[in-house]
Amino acid sequence: MGDTPPPPQDRSPYDDDLTLVQRAAVDAVLAVHRGRPGALLPILHGIQDALGWVPPSALPTVARALELGRAEVHGVVSFYHHFRTAPPGRHVVRLCRAEACQALGARALEAHARRTLGVDWHGTTADGAITLEPVYCLGNCGCGPSLLVDEDELHARVTPAAFDALVAGMRG
Amino acid sequence: MSVPASLSTATPPLRVYVSRDASSLALGAEATARAIDTVARGRGIAIELVRTGSRGLLWLEPLVEVEVAAGGTATRVGYGPVAAADVAGLFDAGLARAAAHPLRVGAIESLDWFARQDRLCFARVGTTDPLSVADYVAHGGYRGLRNALAMAPADIVQAVTDSGLRGRGGAAFPTGIKWKTVLDAAVPQPSARGPQAAKYIVCNADEGDSGTFSDRMLMEGDPLGLVEGMTIAAVAVGATQGYIYLRSEYPHARRALEAAIANAHAAGWLGADIRGSGRRFDLEVRLGAGAYICGEETSLLESLEGRRGQVRFKPPLPAIKGLFGRPTIVNNVITFASVPLILERGAAYYRDYGIGRSRGTLPIQLAGNLKRTGLVEKAFGVTLRELLYDYGGGSYSGRPIRAVQVGGPLGAYLPESQFDTPLDYEAFAAIGAMLGHGGIVAFDDRVDMFEQARYAMEFCAAESCGKCTPCRIGSTRGIEVLDRLRAGVDRAAQFTLLEDLCETMRHGSLCALGGLTPDPVASALKHFREDFG
Repeated sequence: MGDTPPPPQDRSPYDDDLTLVQRAAVDAVLAVHRGRPGALLPILHGIQDALGWVPPSALPTVARALELGRAEVHGVVSFYHHFRTAPPGRHVVRLCRAEACQALGARALEAHARRTLGVDWHGTTADGAITLEPVYCLGNCGCGPSLLVDEDELHARVTPAAFDALVAGMRG
Repeated sequence: MSVPASLSTATPPLRVYVSRDASSLALGAEATARAIDTVARGRGIAIELVRTGSRGLLWLEPLVEVEVAAGGTATRVGYGPVAAADVAGLFDAGLARAAAHPLRVGAIESLDWFARQDRLCFARVGTTDPLSVADYVAHGGYRGLRNALAMAPADIVQAVTDSGLRGRGGAAFPTGIKWKTVLDAAVPQPSARGPQAAKYIVCNADEGDSGTFSDRMLMEGDPLGLVEGMTIAAVAVGATQGYIYLRSEYPHARRALEAAIANAHAAGWLGADIRGSGRRFDLEVRLGAGAYICGEETSLLESLEGRRGQVRFKPPLPAIKGLFGRPTIVNNVITFASVPLILERGAAYYRDYGIGRSRGTLPIQLAGNLKRTGLVEKAFGVTLRELLYDYGGGSYSGRPIRAVQVGGPLGAYLPESQFDTPLDYEAFAAIGAMLGHGGIVAFDDRVDMFEQARYAMEFCAAESCGKCTPCRIGSTRGIEVLDRLRAGVDRAAQFTLLEDLCETMRHGSLCALGGLTPDPVASALKHFREDFG
């Protein structure tokens, strides 16, 4: 290792080594799924479920385990909106942007959420409490606007005031 | 204070039903269920709380039903919507006797909204414990599979063909023909590397269309109906492995499916020897990862194989060369879940519902700006107007309904003058629209149809798999053209350009995403031109 880190464009994922915790999580996921047909998506889900995101530095390990190229694994991670390549805040709020929610005021709610949180899509609030993500339909189209907090906390008929109350609860 | 049931009363516990459907939970059903449990304990009333799927009357959720004896038979009486704060008052009024209360709506089956439906596929949803195999069998479950196990494979396929069932995912392809192709497909030699199943059954549970939630409700409310339908398909074509490709946005459905599959396994309805028949079928849930395109069957297969969900060229059809290169049936959740009844009651029973070439029933989802949203299963032929006003009760906001999008984000926007169109695949095609997966999204008069058209292009740009140029690039150019139009830059030229672009996307795209995105755009432009001013 030299005294100065390489410039960003020259860095490889190898330079950002995984922490011990991350390494253990990746190994555990690989041990469960690597032999299954079409194992890559279950593995990426497993890593994100364990860590909250898919660290780019985990990809060489995954690629080696499945005998795939790193580019191919990276291509899969980047194709799917679900996979995060940066750690999220303590809570993830997924706001539905699709038509049925639009018909009930989702556009105004979106604008409100971005303004009051001070973030754009995929951004995390300055206090690290909330990451805001767009989602295209949560299947709650009869009682929108809808949002999903973390894994499975679904909310219906979310007004800007209800959104503020939810956010306050997550920060409290 | 906890009072043991045996001490508190000599009569059997009061059976109370509360939905655990995701929408019910979003509307507060969990808090309501907990309040019922707490209040009943506090008052020493023994109850059996049964968590069901949703009956589909979302405006009454959280719905609470109590079972009471009326004239010797057990009937369920509903109350809704019941907030947790209402529960003590309900008990005060005499919930245990199904007594009068402002929230009492009576027996759900007697409500006009419910009584006029044709609940075939959704017959059990909302009434049973979705995870209980015993409950499933007690309510008619597995009769179809029992019959199928005694039939020749070709006869099973013939029954599905004769029923007139068409793919409910949206494309409406005749299910029996797809199954016959897989039945007749030569089985390739197993390769040394890779999976060994000869044929596959794949369920497309990537219900990504906005305004649709029937797959989700079925999977949460009667997952064994889907499991049985897939098992019948496996028995019919000789497949031994099945996958349910479920979107990751449906965590509740995932839990229900995984529990139901485990229970079916334990009861011998899945696994190496289905109920002693010598037939094998294993089933696994696989999660998508937020890509709308994976609802397209070939990108779904790519995704299942662990790759980017890019569309495949057809031919070969998945029925010939599908998952891992093997003959594969890919059907939607509702398609599979419609099959058990066909095998139980016969093809004619199912075919007798519907009109024209649209046979059977369609689980219709009323969504967006409507007063009484939810799940309406009806024989084909009901008109959009009946659904919007008789069932939907008009707009939620109380303002006039101005536009309706049917069939998801790729469906056309329909103006009031087209509300008398009957729900029928051909009738919708005739007006340049599509039924798709049966989702109906209503907008009131505050909608800006320019913005809806722009959103259609934006959605296509975000969700394009990138394989073909008209979709990948065309959608981005579409956004730009629309923005120039609104900015007033050489408007006549933009209109021409937009029409030309729509034609290119329609005819030049590889799949329905790029091919149908012009429909919402062009229909908005045609019927709501004033918004593009």
